[in-house]
Amino acid sequence: MSQPAAALPATAALARPPESLWSLVFKGLRRSRSTVIGGLIVLSVVFVAVFAAVLSPHDPQAINVIDRLQGPNGTYPFGTDNLGRDTLSRVIYGARISLIVGTMVVVCAVSAGIALGLAAGYADRLDRVIMRVMDGLMAFPSILLAIALMAALGARLSNVIIALAIVYTPRVARVVRSVTLVLRELDYVQAAQALGAPTSRILIRHVLPNALAPVIVQATFIFAESVLAEASLSFLGVGLPPYIPSWGTIITVGRMFMQTAPWITIFPGLAILITVLGLNLLGDGLRDLSDPRLRGRLD
Amino acid sequence: MTAYIARRLIALLPVLLIVATVGFFLIYLTPGDPAAVMLGPDATDEELHNLRELMGLDRPLLVQLYLWYARMLRGDLGYSIFLNRPVLQAIHERLEPTALLTLLSLAVAVAIGVPAGIVAAVRRNTWLDQASMGIALFGVSVPNFWLGLNLILLFSVYLGLFPVAGYVPLDQSAAGALRSLVLPAVTLGVSASALVARMTRSSMLEVLGQDFIRTARAKGNKERRVIYRHALRNAMIPTITVIGLALGGLMAGAVVTETVFALPGVGRLVISSVLRRDYPVVQGVLMFIAAIYVLVNLLIDVIYVYLDPRVKYA
Repeated sequence: MSQPAAALPATAALARPPESLWSLVFKGLRRSRSTVIGGLIVLSVVFVAVFAAVLSPHDPQAINVIDRLQGPNGTYPFGTDNLGRDTLSRVIYGARISLIVGTMVVVCAVSAGIALGLAAGYADRLDRVIMRVMDGLMAFPSILLAIALMAALGARLSNVIIALAIVYTPRVARVVRSVTLVLRELDYVQAAQALGAPTSRILIRHVLPNALAPVIVQATFIFAESVLAEASLSFLGVGLPPYIPSWGTIITVGRMFMQTAPWITIFPGLAILITVLGLNLLGDGLRDLSDPRLRGRLD
Repeated sequence: MTAYIARRLIALLPVLLIVATVGFFLIYLTPGDPAAVMLGPDATDEELHNLRELMGLDRPLLVQLYLWYARMLRGDLGYSIFLNRPVLQAIHERLEPTALLTLLSLAVAVAIGVPAGIVAAVRRNTWLDQASMGIALFGVSVPNFWLGLNLILLFSVYLGLFPVAGYVPLDQSAAGALRSLVLPAVTLGVSASALVARMTRSSMLEVLGQDFIRTARAKGNKERRVIYRHALRNAMIPTITVIGLALGGLMAGAVVTETVFALPGVGRLVISSVLRRDYPVVQGVLMFIAAIYVLVNLLIDVIYVYLDPRVKYA
């Protein structure tokens, strides 16, 4: 991203990046309704996940055979499954799993991607090797690579996170590398080099902050895709083991009772749809904000 | 042009090398001895020994890697002891539903996405634009498998219009094959159509703002002609790239969709192979689809240069 202020005199630019991310976000939120809606949806899902224990009316794992396969009613607003477990409580706890997976995948993919992207963009000797490997990983369609990795690693929560982090790291690395390639030629970075600042300081203090906006946009989309991918993997039986109430595993069970008890499938699916929709709205809004061509229109 | 294609083919080699390397090391991510994991706890020492020998696991790592590259170059994807046949043959036997599903869903994606993108761009900032983009957002956010389950419930169970699951091979009945693929193709095509619609819209907007469009209007052309002959032709170029990228995603998405609709395709083969730890098949399909994906992207780049003389390929 080429921010206009980056061409300011070196001393001014060295002090801090031109416009802080937060002021951008704040400005954008005042102007873009869909970004606000997206943000509110994401916050609500976070709220539900954090307070799952308080919000859920029943124990998500409690088996109650007498009440099995009940349609939505006063006691069970989302109905019950084949073992009489409350679908609402399971969907509420499912939010936790989705957010844990999404957060951990984003944390891992973003940290690995930043490290690799900075190295590739700043050290010419590493560039070829790193980017060839990233290109190789991106040559696989993402869900297929995730399935293959899960086949080798085995169906566990930590492995889903590892597999998806491997799948999404190249995207972050690419973004960070391309920003680094531009920034390293700018005067203020060259000035820092001339002053004898160590490489680590240049990368962390001067390059990374300016690469953050596009990375955050990517991270939002990676979060959305991770939620979808985890649900798909779990639905296919290669993601989370069935005893963990995730939106994907609930649907796997619900599928067997689709004709007699469609509510088991419909509600967790809606939960996925709403969460991913919120993340995509937020991501689209943040992307428009960080695009200098569109920013003029917002101001 | 020939030189360009040749250069692009050479540039593909390192990517294919990395792809093959990732495929090779996949099996080493397995905790423990892959042969023991594949055969389960009841395997005898002799069976284990034989399988290790068959898969080459008893050789030094570098020798295995070398032999793997050699096999990939020959197009030999290995042998499945569970299916008792070469992996390539197993893929070939199940290719028909997957290939048809991928192409049909691509057709769905283009048939929905391109008109929606054009309308959204031409009627920019009207309710038509907002509705198209809203639906596109829904398309990228909905879990595919869940959409498929709902379509089955609505169109097959309640309305009885399509079979609930299963596949009729093409040589038995073309109409039957089509009928069994309509819902899966719609399921899979919807999310790709959203990407196509967004790309068509943004490239149409970009083209519509250019000088030659103003000239075309100033010449007194009808608006229809300006949009379809002058704008659309130029706007389709980036859209074609997205369609090419979508093709790879659709092939992989077929894995999930085939499971929902119980289609006996390559996707079902992968999932059942994962569940019974048939590593050669998982590796083989991964290599197969990645190779197609890479080649399709090359093809798209070539078409791109062919369509847009402004793109320099020197």
